[in-house]
Amino acid sequence: MKALTLIFIEILQAIVVIALAPAFAGWVDVLKCWTQGRTSAGVMQPYRNIAKLFVKDVVIADNASWIFRFTPYLVFGSAVVVGSVVPIISMNLFLAPSADIIVVIAIFATARFFMALAGMDIGTAFGGMGASREMMVASLTEPAILMAIFTVSLAGRSTSLLHIARAFASGALVLRPSIVFAGIAFVLVVIAETGRIPVDNPSTHLELTMIHEAMILEYSGRHLALIEWGAMIRFFLFVTLGIACFLPWGIAVTDNAGDIATSVFLMVIKLGIAGAVLVLIETGLAKMRLFRLTEFLGAAFLMATLGVIAFFILE
Amino acid sequence: MIAPIELSIISVVAFVIPVLFVVVIGNDPRRLIRMSFSVSALASLFSVVAGAMAVAGHNVEQLVLPLGLPTLPFHLRLDQLSGFFIFVVGLLSFFVSVYSVGYVSGLGAGKPVKRLIVFYNIFIAAMFMVCLADDALCFLVAWEVMAAASYFLVMFEDGRSENRRAAYLYMVMAHVGAVLILLSFGVMAGVTTGFEDFSCYTFDAMRAAKFPLKWATVAFLLSFFGFAAKAGVIPFHVWLPEAHPVAPSNVSALMSGVMLKTAIYGIVRITFDIIKVFPWWWGTMVLVLGLVSAVMGVLYALMQHDLKKLLAYHSVENIGIILIGIGLSMIFTSFHLPVMAALALIAGLYHTMNHAMFKGLLFMGAGAVLHATHERNMDEMGGLIHLMPWTSAFFLVGCISISALPPFNGFVSEWLTFQAFLLSPSLPVPLMKLLIPMGAALLALTGALAAACFVKVFGVIFLGNWRGHSQHVVTEAGWSMRAGMSLASLACLCLGVLPAIVINWMDAISESLLKARLVTTSGVYGWMWLTPVDPERASYSGPLVLIGIVAVCAVTYLLLHVKPGNISRVPVWDCGFKKLTPKMQYNAVSFSMPFRRIFGFLFDIKEQIRLVPQHQHPAFPENSQYYLRVRDRFWGWLYKPVIDRVVLLSRKTGMLQHGRIHVYLIYSFVTIIVLLALL
Amino acid sequence: MNLQVLAQVNSFLAALVLLTAFAMLSQRKINSLVTLFAWQGLFLSINTAVVGFVASKHHLYISSLLTLSIKVILLPYILHVLVVRLKIRKEVETIVNIPTTMLIGIALVIFSYHLTAPVREMSTLITRSTLAVALATVMIGLLMMITRKHAVTQIIGFLAMENGLFFAATSATYGMPLVVELGVALDVLIAAFIFGIFFFHISTTFDSLSVEQMESLREDN
Repeated sequence: MKALTLIFIEILQAIVVIALAPAFAGWVDVLKCWTQGRTSAGVMQPYRNIAKLFVKDVVIADNASWIFRFTPYLVFGSAVVVGSVVPIISMNLFLAPSADIIVVIAIFATARFFMALAGMDIGTAFGGMGASREMMVASLTEPAILMAIFTVSLAGRSTSLLHIARAFASGALVLRPSIVFAGIAFVLVVIAETGRIPVDNPSTHLELTMIHEAMILEYSGRHLALIEWGAMIRFFLFVTLGIACFLPWGIAVTDNAGDIATSVFLMVIKLGIAGAVLVLIETGLAKMRLFRLTEFLGAAFLMATLGVIAFFILE
Repeated sequence: MIAPIELSIISVVAFVIPVLFVVVIGNDPRRLIRMSFSVSALASLFSVVAGAMAVAGHNVEQLVLPLGLPTLPFHLRLDQLSGFFIFVVGLLSFFVSVYSVGYVSGLGAGKPVKRLIVFYNIFIAAMFMVCLADDALCFLVAWEVMAAASYFLVMFEDGRSENRRAAYLYMVMAHVGAVLILLSFGVMAGVTTGFEDFSCYTFDAMRAAKFPLKWATVAFLLSFFGFAAKAGVIPFHVWLPEAHPVAPSNVSALMSGVMLKTAIYGIVRITFDIIKVFPWWWGTMVLVLGLVSAVMGVLYALMQHDLKKLLAYHSVENIGIILIGIGLSMIFTSFHLPVMAALALIAGLYHTMNHAMFKGLLFMGAGAVLHATHERNMDEMGGLIHLMPWTSAFFLVGCISISALPPFNGFVSEWLTFQAFLLSPSLPVPLMKLLIPMGAALLALTGALAAACFVKVFGVIFLGNWRGHSQHVVTEAGWSMRAGMSLASLACLCLGVLPAIVINWMDAISESLLKARLVTTSGVYGWMWLTPVDPERASYSGPLVLIGIVAVCAVTYLLLHVKPGNISRVPVWDCGFKKLTPKMQYNAVSFSMPFRRIFGFLFDIKEQIRLVPQHQHPAFPENSQYYLRVRDRFWGWLYKPVIDRVVLLSRKTGMLQHGRIHVYLIYSFVTIIVLLALL
Repeated sequence: MNLQVLAQVNSFLAALVLLTAFAMLSQRKINSLVTLFAWQGLFLSINTAVVGFVASKHHLYISSLLTLSIKVILLPYILHVLVVRLKIRKEVETIVNIPTTMLIGIALVIFSYHLTAPVREMSTLITRSTLAVALATVMIGLLMMITRKHAVTQIIGFLAMENGLFFAATSATYGMPLVVELGVALDVLIAAFIFGIFFFHISTTFDSLSVEQMESLREDN
């Protein structure tokens, strides 16, 4: 019975992740429209986009190899696997010990590796450009994200997501400068990792500035749908990862249905607020020149490092 | 039941057989190649078994051979540490020997294949002897034989002056290193007997001795820098990118995959086994040099567009990562934290094994590509995935492994190293607590840059369209080359997915060196989960991650293909302009351009764009030329001045030479008189 | 309020002061620099009041108010007027690029942590752990003066250094005697006035405020 409940929770969470991710992306888009004085297409628009793409036929370039066709599945698959280890609705995930926070970041890195390869597969200039830029941004983000993780794991005495979340949720509410710094760094890193303004602009195909869009320019039909969906899940997961590390209060500790329902409810609220914060940042900033990104990501690294330093100096 | 040490000696002796083949059936190259490399593969397998048994067997075997100088016989010893290195060397030698059957046959007529076979076997046997040696004499003899054999292998195509130069540089660096190691042994043996005689040349005697800190430091520094010259630690790395590209690829695979590791073996042997007690700054020095090598190695690699040179720089990077683990372990040991030291040491050694596997695999893949295209410049390749599907798949495994991405093996050792970094807050020195996390950030940077570099490598060589000018017909590698690469790929996958089993096996090494085990903490969840410190702290399950991703991918694929999906293949959309040409693709140089902009200050970069004006008007250039030269700064900083000094000094000394016999007689005469006066 | 919470507030404010110091180091626009400087002053003044409460040293309230009025209101206003009058709009030029400056800044923080370790061992004050931050703020101010070309940013660097010193005094010994603090505050104020007047004249005479112009004073032989 116990095992069955655990499996049920695990499946429930996977479904929540897969199903809610487009809604979250839609919510962010809606907020963005409001802040910019436009009418929005509604929270459901990403679902309609995905559904439309699934119906369409796939058109592939002549010289595309198996990597091009395999990548969408990998992007989606890795996102779903990560979705089953991050504590989102419950802290009783039996799969969670199979990947700690470093592994989670590395699984995302694997997906990115294949995405960059897929970008280079067709042999157009845009694909290569996107791949090169994506890997450049990634290589500068990685140290920052690691330092942020380092701070959190120092404070939680573990790299396991469950233990970090439990340690923070059960501890008293204290003002810890190190966690605040790490949190700021994490927000900056999330912006860079999920390709939002000022690092990348997900809503344009402007040749000279695009990064992520340049890599997936040749995709169509269900492949594109999987990549888009995977990207939404990834965005969703980065935000929930942040919530699990920095604001874990309210995630269900027990197995009973009432707790899990509250936990889902609280998570929706937290996600709504997190989306608003991200939109405010995005609207307030302009897209940066590519080589100014070193400063943006340098700031993220600085924040994360200050987090580690503050942990030792001030706590 | 045969003892492991006897088995390993049999294996070393068995390497003589291929050399005999050269004499016996030398006139039938096809048969010679096939038979001799099969025997090498078999002999390597013996060592694999011997090494595995030695690590698992928990006992130490010793043997005295009646060889060597009178009264100074060779001592051999097979303990867990040497067993592990013999296992690694043997495993890669086995893969590479299988691969060599096809590779060497394909080298073409007119190449000195016989010489290759002779030195190839001597080289491998010497590596085994280095790991087995238990006295300074035997160690140095084996070490020098290894260096000399590899020198001749680097000189394989001695017709070209650049190859001779590379081999010469390698020889000089190897010898500088060997002299330092010799001096280090001299110091240790001398301190043991109070500089009276050389009877304490065995490692056993040195182990028993207590070294005063001053002498221990001298011995450690000498041996460390001696081994560092061999391992290619920055700033002693200059020979690596020169020697690796010119050697045949199977030899590069061995040199990069395992020969560099013998230096790691030496460092571990001397610090943890012989000196044992040391201050914390030794470890810090090793850690810092490791970090510098890792970051600089990968950055230099990113700038290369010669495939084998790039891989050679990646060896510098990975040696750096190994040294990070070993340095951390030394720091923990000096503060008496044996369990943490065991974790860091295992991380370093695990990466040693991983690097041997994936770097061997990548060099084998590079050999297959070079063999098929006759091209080393990546910018002349492209789209090989269609022509060489197997090679590309194996090469991709290597790329993922070296980029430290799950579920392959590079990730496991890097993850273990991160866990070791995370234990640094238990150190008692406040400054180190703050500084060591910075090291973790550098390691993360290294991993991400390596991933970027291998996206470039794989993307430019195997994906896209053919960029080259030559109309050479490219064909897939032969069966034996594919077999060698597939075995190495399998090893990469297994080491990545089942690390818990491997680490349980390797635990004997840390137990014998540090008297601390990881098993007590890591065995809680069984073989599926790797929990190096404590399941509460960190856990990773390779099998579950792999199965999870594969399962989700498969289910998605099946769901989307309930009804037959239709895919239409069309030419690439060219936006309605003139037809796209392969020249418009990103190549290795353009891929690394953002990195050149950001990290350019570390290199000596010369970049020029020249516009070639049309005859009519200078404002409408017809053609533009791009010129780029990226050079290693260390050459100018460190080596150039030394070389200039030496040349100057030799020129000065050369003035003594007159060619007249009377003058030479005067020299001898003066020398005798001076000596007589002094004594 | 218990002491534990106050100590946390204190260390949190220290973190914010350090953060503003780094933000100033990485900021290119002079206007934002002035704003950041004002924020730093604000955190400093709150911190002084908190320390005053914890240590029940009432003269610290006065110096807190002094900080608030001079460093948060008056000095930023003067600087702002200066910027407007001098019509400085373009971005500040730096000598060393910003990511490198930040890395040097991190190194300085670690170094000051190392330097203050003995003091931390000896001191029993609740604020002792923030001493490293104070020293780091001083060093970062100096670093800012070194890496910037524009004269106005150099004054801001100078003032940031003074902030660091003030912070150090508060956290090491619960503040300097009130007389000294008054004197220093007045000095800083007057220095800012004099700088302002000078810069105004310099820029009207030479059309530039870049300190690199001083290189031409060198005697060429």
